[in-house]
Amino acid sequence: MSEAAAAHGHDEHHQGGFVSTYLFSLDHKMIGKQFLLMSLFMMIIGGVLALMVRWQLAYPEEPVPGMAWVPEPYMYDGIIPPETYNMMFTMHATIMIFFVVIPILVGAFGNFLIPLMIGTRDMAFPVLNMLSFWIAAFAGSLMISSFFVDGGAAAGGWTAYAPLSAVEVYTGVGLGQDLWIVSLVVLGISSMMGSINYITTIINMRAPGMTMFRMPLVVWSLFITAILLLLALPELTAAMAMLLFDRRFGTTFFLPEGGGEPILWQHLFWFFGHPEVYILILPGMGIASEILAVFSRKPIFGYRAMAMAMVAIAFLGWVVWGHHMFQSGMNPTMGMAFMTTTMVIAVPSAIKTFNWLGTLWGGNIYFKTPMLHALAFVSMFVIGGLSGIYMAATPVDIFIHDTYFIVGHIHYVVFGGSVFAIFGAVAFWFPKMYGRMMNETLGKIHFFGTLVFFNITFFPMHIIGVGGHMRRIYNPMQYEFLVPLQHWNEIMTIGAIGLGLFQIVFAVNFFWSMFAGEKATQNPWNANTLEWEAPTPPPHGNFLQIPTVYRGPYEYSVPGAKEDWLPQAQPASGVAAAH
Amino acid sequence: MLPWLPENISSYGGQIDSLFLLIFWITTIVFVAVQATLVVFLVKYRHRPGRKATYTHGNNTLEIAWTIAPSIILVVLALLSRATWDEIRADMPPVDVTVRVNAKQFNWDFTYPGPDGVFDTEDDLTLENELNVPVDKVVKLEMLSRDVIHSFFVPHLRFKQDTVPGRQIDGWFKATKTGEYEIPCAELCGFGHSGMLGHLKVYSAQDYSAWLTERWPN
Repeated sequence: MSEAAAAHGHDEHHQGGFVSTYLFSLDHKMIGKQFLLMSLFMMIIGGVLALMVRWQLAYPEEPVPGMAWVPEPYMYDGIIPPETYNMMFTMHATIMIFFVVIPILVGAFGNFLIPLMIGTRDMAFPVLNMLSFWIAAFAGSLMISSFFVDGGAAAGGWTAYAPLSAVEVYTGVGLGQDLWIVSLVVLGISSMMGSINYITTIINMRAPGMTMFRMPLVVWSLFITAILLLLALPELTAAMAMLLFDRRFGTTFFLPEGGGEPILWQHLFWFFGHPEVYILILPGMGIASEILAVFSRKPIFGYRAMAMAMVAIAFLGWVVWGHHMFQSGMNPTMGMAFMTTTMVIAVPSAIKTFNWLGTLWGGNIYFKTPMLHALAFVSMFVIGGLSGIYMAATPVDIFIHDTYFIVGHIHYVVFGGSVFAIFGAVAFWFPKMYGRMMNETLGKIHFFGTLVFFNITFFPMHIIGVGGHMRRIYNPMQYEFLVPLQHWNEIMTIGAIGLGLFQIVFAVNFFWSMFAGEKATQNPWNANTLEWEAPTPPPHGNFLQIPTVYRGPYEYSVPGAKEDWLPQAQPASGVAAAH
Repeated sequence: MLPWLPENISSYGGQIDSLFLLIFWITTIVFVAVQATLVVFLVKYRHRPGRKATYTHGNNTLEIAWTIAPSIILVVLALLSRATWDEIRADMPPVDVTVRVNAKQFNWDFTYPGPDGVFDTEDDLTLENELNVPVDKVVKLEMLSRDVIHSFFVPHLRFKQDTVPGRQIDGWFKATKTGEYEIPCAELCGFGHSGMLGHLKVYSAQDYSAWLTERWPN
């Protein structure tokens, strides 16, 4: 049976009804789209929570417009009480990190891109893949359901520091915190399934000629991310189990009255949590690298340095967790050690930034929507990276730890970095996902609105952080030294509302283009990588014939070639002929 | 620069602030340089009809240069941080006054040892949310927590330390200016976290003796 016939047979085998095509599909592309839609839905919930947090900070204890219908004790005629406020920022962070950014980058784009970009028909374990989505969806439902149980959802911060999170009377949250723990454990199972799948697929199923160093950087980034997830999640699961046992079964792992140690939770949480930060940003780095090369019409600058920098980050990411704990009471000598490793891990990030600039240098730059988002990624990531140095310097961290400075920092990395990468990725791969182009005008309106309001929302956080504004406080007006900073809180809230409104443009563009966008050609961006060899949209089984890879992924503007791109799958004779 | 920084009133706050300022200038220069380069490249290398991109895969000399340059800057910052960090956290200067801090949802209890200078004796005095200290003297804090983790934060002193149930953590400061300053809790500690607020009263030598006599009349 020829490759084409095999693909056809494979295709036909899975042509089923609605249920097997859209719900329990084994096709990695459909599973990727399921992750994308689920996460975009969760993003709305996380975003609304953020807006309410911002409202309370700018206009403390004034009723939130349009929220008078929310029953007591969640709200009182639209006024947010402190218990609900704590619940809102806890759930905002939890949802955005675990149910938006990771599932989009890893679940949606990891799934959609890996088989297409390495040139194979599907993931190594399609059933496992399908289960990983439905288990993630189940975890999401558990998390959402926790809002509706007695006592409300978790309110101990997304970091869930014990003993606050370990004893019900300290927060008044009962079942909600338990559901939070169980949901994240369940989500961990889903991520484990995904990671095993990605690693196996990338190691074993690359197309002929696709060596490791011919893989696109986004595949490298997803490969490294999968390894980090695989190693970090069992440890988090263990910590979560200990927390649940402390809450429900009378153990005292984190409770001093029974001989436990509260700081142990922080070590366990951040030993997962710091690799987690890189899980959030590495795929974004990969996505930005793809887009920058394509729209600069240039090979990526320092391909090996880029791949090796990500490997270095993956190793160093395991030995920096203590920089979250400089003020925790941890031995100050350990603070010195963690400061040193943290300074070291800044270097690969700097290398990546310089190589992105190198990629733009001498390019032939097209400003399409995906490119604008990738450029914003670089620009905003620089701010998020530089603000990290303040926290790495232990004496400065004494002052800015637990202030809005760090809230600004994480939003520049996770929103300015990862979320801009996500918007860029959606615009870039949308034609391959849905067979239609997104609207370029709406894309640009969304981009510029988001960029401007993002900075209005998050840059002032550094300023009030320098002023000493603590994070997670309900009402800044309770503190005399914060009163002069209050106008910044209002500016940031107006920025956040603007930021929220511009996301409507994205939603409209996304769904309108899905059904009525301009039909996409097979390779609308004239890109080199293998996903553009597949028909648009690719059938189940992806390729009519498995491509053979002849060169690296970034051969743009090769001297002597007819066109300014040279696909990975084009035989070498094509080049010779061009000469 | 950094006009938003609260006034510093501690002996070591100046060192923290200069390090803060040094990092501010380094990051500002890097920020401006990188963003300006980005903008220049975007303008200079924008697509125009007939334009062709330069074909290059990179440059090893540049890779080495931009690996070493940030490394040197970061090593210097680490060394500078080390000296200040050790002075504040690793070493304890000769102590003049000791106060015990006991954090609980949602108050700071301050216990003074009284004239005998020993805790857990009859002349101990506990005040809620009120820390009274003399100016220009080294004050040692023995920090404890009764329930959850709190964080003892005095922005004007550049002082912050988590208080952890089950262990005693010692810290110190020397206030250089009299006055009253706020002591917020900086670690989420429950629904009353916001508004968990004490006050630091820094007295001149005379006022401090007056306060001592008022509290312990004999």
